[in-house]
Amino acid sequence: MTDLTRLTIAEARARLAAKDFTALELTDAYLGAIEAANGALNAYVTVTPEQARKMAATSDARIAAGEAGALEGIPLGIKDLFATEGVHTQACSHILDGFKPRYESTVTANLWADGAVMLGKLNMDEFAMGSSNESSYYGPVKNPWRAEGANRDLVPGGSSGGSAAAVAAHLCAGATATDTGGSIRQPAAFTGTVGIKPTYGRCSRWGIVAFASSLDQAGPIARDVRDAAILLKSMASTDAKDTTSVDLPVPDYETALGGSLKGMKIGIPREYRVDGMPDEIEALWQKGIAWLKDAGAEIIDISLPHTKYALPAYYIVAPAEASSNLARYDGVRYGLRVEGKDIVDMYEKTRAEGFGQEVKRRIMIGTYVLSAGYYDAYYLRAQKVRTLIKRDFETAFHAGVDAILTPATPSAAFGIADQDLAADPVKMYLNDIFTVTVNMAGLPGIAVPAGLDASGLPLGLQLIGKPFEEETLFKTAYAIEQAAGRFEPKRWW
Amino acid sequence: MSVDLATVKRVAHLARIAVNEEDANRMMGELNAILGFVEQLSEVDVEGVEPMTSVTPMAMRKRADVVNDGDKAEDIVANAPNSDRNFFLVPKVVE
Repeated sequence: MTDLTRLTIAEARARLAAKDFTALELTDAYLGAIEAANGALNAYVTVTPEQARKMAATSDARIAAGEAGALEGIPLGIKDLFATEGVHTQACSHILDGFKPRYESTVTANLWADGAVMLGKLNMDEFAMGSSNESSYYGPVKNPWRAEGANRDLVPGGSSGGSAAAVAAHLCAGATATDTGGSIRQPAAFTGTVGIKPTYGRCSRWGIVAFASSLDQAGPIARDVRDAAILLKSMASTDAKDTTSVDLPVPDYETALGGSLKGMKIGIPREYRVDGMPDEIEALWQKGIAWLKDAGAEIIDISLPHTKYALPAYYIVAPAEASSNLARYDGVRYGLRVEGKDIVDMYEKTRAEGFGQEVKRRIMIGTYVLSAGYYDAYYLRAQKVRTLIKRDFETAFHAGVDAILTPATPSAAFGIADQDLAADPVKMYLNDIFTVTVNMAGLPGIAVPAGLDASGLPLGLQLIGKPFEEETLFKTAYAIEQAAGRFEPKRWW
Repeated sequence: MSVDLATVKRVAHLARIAVNEEDANRMMGELNAILGFVEQLSEVDVEGVEPMTSVTPMAMRKRADVVNDGDKAEDIVANAPNSDRNFFLVPKVVE
């Protein structure tokens, strides 16, 4: 029998329906792949084989009864940020030691209702703060990709590094992820996978450990554009438990694939051509432009003048919201407690031991910019700049642009424990330079693999769309995928 | 703007994170690097610009003002490091 883990979700769905194999066989194939590879890659922090087999058996019964859901029997990995009832949920932080929620996040509940099977929880940067997956309490994830002829370990990107690595290495059929400044799109670009951050409000944030509430959105990472469309349809919903959840019906994204790009206007923002950007990234961007032109789209140069201020504004807004959201970890209600001489001493010791360096750094920045006397100079100004960033996009869309094409990242994946990046936190933050604008404006963005660099590492392009027009992104990304082909890492693990 | 060691210690206390001299010194450097980076926002003209409060122009949806949850004290304390008869236990706060 062929290796079932090589199938896309669409292929597995068709063959499960045709009864070529059972959901249990498919789940066992993935559990076997995880067992064989996770020691090397560290993509999963917890595997749930009993639960997976039980869910798969239920799926087989539903398929036999003709009651299959949209994701019936499809084995998925879940980022450790999503609350899963009775199962390890720690945002890959020491401070949530032992936390097993008594409830299920809305996004995962939607997936299980559609018949998906949970394989386990995926590694990530602690509290989703990072671009390399190195801030996880459970150690770094290794990228399944290596440069040609090299054996240096590379990062899979972050914060959804475990999700991207597991999808690229065929340790799940697809994965949930979240994106606050680029945490779906950057790891997707680093691993040759497809990742979409939908419009703010499209997926419920209920039951997702909060980082920066005005920026956080859930989305899928998948092996191709069609699978990403299938997953997003099940993840998205209108949810009364999240007041920012939007009251719009969820479209069938898959039907958008293969549609013509004739008459579409694609904007190319000149401000995304940054100093020191490698020639390969520029060349990839030009290739993307040529592909979309060939597919019938019209290419228009546009200007988004406040682009360079998105990252500094983000590093005020996101830490400010994080410092508030993470105040709840105090050693009283859940997770780690370190005893102290009084209650304040207990709080301070618990948080000193429970949070990692990057998380502490961001809480400190957030506390500082919100503290008396600094609020107007930092936070209020950053929120005004955010209005200007959003206005730039609105101007482009009002002028008739349907979607915007940019590189996804300023480079390919870099090495684990890169000394240059470790010495300067701001350098690491620059990874999100092309993705963070999208979160600041609440727009949808998709990263799609578009080629390999000279050393054979994957590079991605990003498409940015109008609010709630994910279908346009899927349609356009599909055209890029048709032209670029798909990319698979050579197995070394 | 930049922060000195005393400010770092004050902010750490506000954030309820214990720091020793070494931590505070390291954080001072990191915080100043980040504050230096965000400094460029001061060159943006924000005169008359409204601060963003919501990315999507929509009225906040409100749930009906009815009790629809509760009676799950055991669930709520289930993950507590220390609890007794559905109360969270903490060090003595009031003498």
